[in-house]
Amino acid sequence: MLTYKVQPKGAVSPGISTCQGCMIDVIFRNVLEIMGDDTVLVVPPGCAAQFSGTGPEASVTVPGIQGNLENSAAIASGIANGFKHQGNDHTKVVAIAGDGGTVDIGLQSLSGAMERNENILYICYDNEAYMNTGIQGSSSTPLAASTTTTPAGKKVYNKDLIQIVMAHHVPYAATASIANIPDLRKKVQKARDIVGCRVLHIMSPCPTGWGYPSGKTVEVAREAINCGAWVLLEYENGKVTLGREPSELGKAEKYFSMQKRFKGASEEEIAAAGRHFAERYEYLKKLSAI
Amino acid sequence: MQMQQNMPTSTPSKRRVLGPCSHILAAAHTGSWRLERPSVDESLCIRCGTCARYCPTACITVSREGSPLSFDWTYCKGCGICANECPKKALKMIPEGSDD
Amino acid sequence: MPVKMFDGNGAAVEAIRLARPGVIAAYPITPQSSIAEHLADEVANGNIDAEYVRVESEHSAMSVSIGAQLTGVRVATATASVGLALMHEVCGVAAGCRVPIVMPVVNRSLVAPWSLWCDHSDTMAERDTGWLQFYCATVQEILDLTLCAYRISEHEEVLTPSMVCFDGFYLSHSMQRVDTPTDEEAWDFVKPYVRRNMYLDPQDVMFINDLCPTVEHTEMKYQQMMGFRRAAEVAKDVFAEYKQKFGRELHTVESYMLDDADVAVVTIGSMSGTGKYVVNQLREKGIKAGLLRICMFRPFPAEEVREALKNVKVIGVVDRSSGLGAAQGPVCSEVKAALYGAGVGKVFGFVGGIAGRDISDGSFRKIFGELLDVYEGKADDCNTWFDVRDDAMNIREVEMPC
Repeated sequence: MLTYKVQPKGAVSPGISTCQGCMIDVIFRNVLEIMGDDTVLVVPPGCAAQFSGTGPEASVTVPGIQGNLENSAAIASGIANGFKHQGNDHTKVVAIAGDGGTVDIGLQSLSGAMERNENILYICYDNEAYMNTGIQGSSSTPLAASTTTTPAGKKVYNKDLIQIVMAHHVPYAATASIANIPDLRKKVQKARDIVGCRVLHIMSPCPTGWGYPSGKTVEVAREAINCGAWVLLEYENGKVTLGREPSELGKAEKYFSMQKRFKGASEEEIAAAGRHFAERYEYLKKLSAI
Repeated sequence: MQMQQNMPTSTPSKRRVLGPCSHILAAAHTGSWRLERPSVDESLCIRCGTCARYCPTACITVSREGSPLSFDWTYCKGCGICANECPKKALKMIPEGSDD
Repeated sequence: MPVKMFDGNGAAVEAIRLARPGVIAAYPITPQSSIAEHLADEVANGNIDAEYVRVESEHSAMSVSIGAQLTGVRVATATASVGLALMHEVCGVAAGCRVPIVMPVVNRSLVAPWSLWCDHSDTMAERDTGWLQFYCATVQEILDLTLCAYRISEHEEVLTPSMVCFDGFYLSHSMQRVDTPTDEEAWDFVKPYVRRNMYLDPQDVMFINDLCPTVEHTEMKYQQMMGFRRAAEVAKDVFAEYKQKFGRELHTVESYMLDDADVAVVTIGSMSGTGKYVVNQLREKGIKAGLLRICMFRPFPAEEVREALKNVKVIGVVDRSSGLGAAQGPVCSEVKAALYGAGVGKVFGFVGGIAGRDISDGSFRKIFGELLDVYEGKADDCNTWFDVRDDAMNIREVEMPC
């Protein structure tokens, strides 16, 4: 039985040791509020592990388990099947993992869970590097971004998770951003009411790792949407729906200039990144027209 | 979420659990991290709630009447997102310990 | 009690069926594959009422198993060799979170070199992950020990997962007659799964396996150690109950002709029958030979080993894994540690039977020959590796470019 030493805010402890300006708290609070008390949470090690607790001290008011970095989707699958066998069709199973635990080491177990269409909601909060271990590059780290393992800037593009997800024909997937909480909430609500494997990919900029003042998190995330670095979309029953057209599509200069991780980016790299954003958007637009 | 807002008053009977688990909802006093804190210009605030919606620590309460905003200083980390996102620039960050 | 014909994998499936798991997660790997297949069959034809999760790896098989069992259902999985190695990380989670999963492991060599065949390098590499380990000598024992493992693992003071290990092909694919309890008899023995410790239930909230600070970590390990200590006692109680119900005796260690033995071998797994056969031959010649079979390797039954070997003058411990870089193979290290200070005779380690190389009656005759040479004072030491080809260091010679 959970004992309350403090009053929670929603389903989350009021004091979580995520960095100043980190918006993962907002993701957890909104997701858990929408999913409700009848939810089981899976989180891997990483920034999200702040929500598992430490020692006897818990951080959330729902039950959960901290898995390993690569098996969130598999543990969630097990929980979902355990409930299914016991005739429990009401308890929601939610995994919330970072980009490293999703697009790198966790991609295999996520792929398996998506292919089997497990009845889980899988959420990737994407801060585009291994932030909890000290800002090491992941396969979600974008071109030209400097991390402690790409000190001269990453020389290749990031993996396109949402397209990988769509290739698994899941019933529902969407991208969201902490820059647009109402949109994020709407997508979580939609995901909650669908049976099967649902995947949300949420951009959550990291002031510590990206190098910007902590007050600018939402602004940076908004600029990512404006230039097309982050595209809001939904994938439902095989149909892609894009969000509003980016206002500054392909213009990466402002987005890059806001963040120290791009300080070393050459003009060519900034132009290449901008082209990449625009081309990817056009491709997704064509997909949405099908 | 209403159920969780009510802290149970009775102490349930105890049982032994072997292995690692957390079972006491606790909090870090993240307010002690604060170097700056938000200060509101009440004449500009339109009580739209944007600051509260984007506050990472859910520290801002918006009132319909009286003083528009109240802050939970025990947990506010002083990140400045509220001030940055305020559409009316009604919030500004001032050094912790200084007067408004 | 009905007599059925099973190969080892079939016996494992039968034991799992009798234990009525609610979730099955299995990934195929030679020589375990027919377990994954037959479990799928049993679910498909309604003989097991379970969710079959066709996972994409052994790592996920164990992860699914942990997640599912923490909701309060018994789970089933099985693996072998590199599959077990891939599971290693999450095997520790099952043990540390006290999830009493029972898993048949079909022993097969670890790579490299690649091999499909039996040795114990896979399960010996897992000996310190916090799982109970039983090693079977016959197909009958696979069924018996698997059924017992549920009772031992799930005991409220044990709460420690079990590997039921049996030799790939030698047992997994050898068809033997198996006395099999009826469904009702088995259910009456195994009993329904009851969640006793940590679980995932929105009605009773806890967050499992959060970061454990140093001030508690030692204590968590101490708890596991106490689980092993209780497992040693519980195993004997469960074996006694099993014998009373089903008439078959199970052991932590099995002594064979040891009472007056001068020389003896210590064996583990399917080699033991061959060892006993050679003991019989030697006895016919008037040589006082004996054998001790290790049936439960974790917790290691040190006292029983000491008691059984106390009068033997020269002992050879046969390891079916190389124990590279160690002073001895893993079984020998354990036996020596158990015997240290007990004032017993000399102990020598033997390594062989690697990757399916048969440990034949001839192998045991050679081993006993070496032990007897020491016993008779003709030699001081034994050759550790047996049945090694003379050209071991030169089995590849390649052309050099000019």
